[in-house]
Amino acid sequence: MATVQDIEIRDSAARAAQAAAELNVDTGDRMVLNMGPSHPATHGVLRILLELDGEVITKADPDVGYLHRGDEKIAENMTYTQFIPYTDRLDYLAPLANNVAYALAVEKLMGIHDRLPPRCQYIRVMCAELARISAHLLGLGAFAMDTGAVTVFLLTFTEREKIYNLAEAASGARLTTSYTRIGGVARDIPPGWTDMCRQFLKEFAVALAEAHTLLTRNRIWVDRLRDMGIISQEMAIDYGLSGPNLRGSGINWDMRKNQPYLCYKDLDFDIPVGSVGDCYDRYLVRMEEMKQSMRIIEQCLDKLPGGADNKSHEPVCIVDGKITMPPKSKVLSSMEELIHQFMLVTEGVNAPAGEIYFGHENPKGELGFYINSRGGGTPYRLKIRSPSFINLSIVGELFPGHMVSDVPVILGSLDFVMGESDR
Amino acid sequence: MAALESAKKIQAKFGALISEPVVFRDEVSLTLADPEQILAVCQHAKLQLGFDYLVDLSSVDNYGEDPRWTLVYHLRSSKTGEEVRIKTSVSEEKSELPSVLGVWRTVNWHEREVYDMMGIRFAGHPDLRRILMWDGYPYFPLRKDFPLAGKPTDLPGVAFTQPAPLEGGPFVTAPGRDAINREPRMRTPEE
Repeated sequence: MATVQDIEIRDSAARAAQAAAELNVDTGDRMVLNMGPSHPATHGVLRILLELDGEVITKADPDVGYLHRGDEKIAENMTYTQFIPYTDRLDYLAPLANNVAYALAVEKLMGIHDRLPPRCQYIRVMCAELARISAHLLGLGAFAMDTGAVTVFLLTFTEREKIYNLAEAASGARLTTSYTRIGGVARDIPPGWTDMCRQFLKEFAVALAEAHTLLTRNRIWVDRLRDMGIISQEMAIDYGLSGPNLRGSGINWDMRKNQPYLCYKDLDFDIPVGSVGDCYDRYLVRMEEMKQSMRIIEQCLDKLPGGADNKSHEPVCIVDGKITMPPKSKVLSSMEELIHQFMLVTEGVNAPAGEIYFGHENPKGELGFYINSRGGGTPYRLKIRSPSFINLSIVGELFPGHMVSDVPVILGSLDFVMGESDR
Repeated sequence: MAALESAKKIQAKFGALISEPVVFRDEVSLTLADPEQILAVCQHAKLQLGFDYLVDLSSVDNYGEDPRWTLVYHLRSSKTGEEVRIKTSVSEEKSELPSVLGVWRTVNWHEREVYDMMGIRFAGHPDLRRILMWDGYPYFPLRKDFPLAGKPTDLPGVAFTQPAPLEGGPFVTAPGRDAINREPRMRTPEE
């Protein structure tokens, strides 16, 4: 039942004064600038309180939580399978990668991660890598637009559209994919999907080369990014950065190589690493990662067990009535399958008591799930290690000394998403 | 297993305070008996054993048990890739333990989040404010006795909330022994 309540909306002068009071310092002749929470350059609902001396930032205090939905609380109150749709909404630029990460975490808890059928592993890897390309493309487009290069945004969004089409063909949804299940994927890829994917890779290679010609040697782009927002190796590790932000600082750490999961061991790809740790390095790392993702997808398409149309009927789920749903036709004709389906729907998968942490190399960094289970179909505690949240915590130390006009550049290079940060 | 050796080294250093390492799914967990020593343990792990990367800090509410809170630190060495999990429990009356901000700076926001969600305080943290909820929010929402639907809060000039309507909403289950107890449509805080 909705009720009407008064909201006090003060004028801008009063709000600025309150923002100054919140910083709790004697600003003297410094100015406090309240950036966000709905500023176009903050990519979502991030608010940053900036204390300025002229145009130079002397103090920055990021304020997160505007998109907090209590995902961890929700997870404690439903079965493992029921939480899959919520993972779509973490990093909503790469829902397929979140699905894969969450499913692998639960499978690790259950001890069935090494029983995944090969076809399922290859499909999951392709999904995760398509999601990586999609997320990096959006990050790049928004980054370039904030820096003043609008053309790149249109170019990358044209390519993202094709990835959405691929996601739609595989999962039935463009954004809220919920494609994985505990122990497999929801359904096999449809006939013709591999051709669609190959066609996309062909076109995307051209678009990526075009983005390179637009930016990589562009004088304005290089001038604005070089030596901007430098994160040293020591600082990157101390702040727990992950993903391209960590590798941009020159640290060779990638969960796909360092703690291989799925079939990444059988695939040939390189991990790009930066040297200085500035915005330009982080940009180059992302550009190269997209290229490597293309390599991975191409290898997966070639090696895919069962081939394009799966004539040999390779399974895409673990065939075990206690883990994955039995075929519907059998549910209606066989007692055992009926019981399995009933138990899976009402009680969920029967996970053992114990605790695990699984870190997945997501586009934004290491998306981790800590699951504390006391047995049964629901987690006792599920903690999401959100890379965006942790990558943002460095902002308070990174900004001082930079100009206000550099804020969009550094934020763009950190490439975060608030849905994941605030959970 | 390299991580197990490191865990044994921590155990050797702190003796009876550290429990025997538990290995589950190739992950090593240690339990520290005295939460006041967490800073010393973390410092030792980072400086002597090279655990320079804090992956995550989680908190668990063991509602109805004593001690009520469990803090879970995930440590990693960025050189060797070893991982060790250190757990320590804090009683509800105390609800406080030393901050490890001096060891890893990333823990700043983690500790603020634990305080915000569970209400566990970290002694020595210079800026222990709420981070996901707004300043002045009166509850700690991740505690087990906080209802899923939420509690009404009214802070004029800041925010107002109503409990979320769960009736007819998505199928809500709760941890419990049998299906009857696990699937009430809405839980009340008294339960």
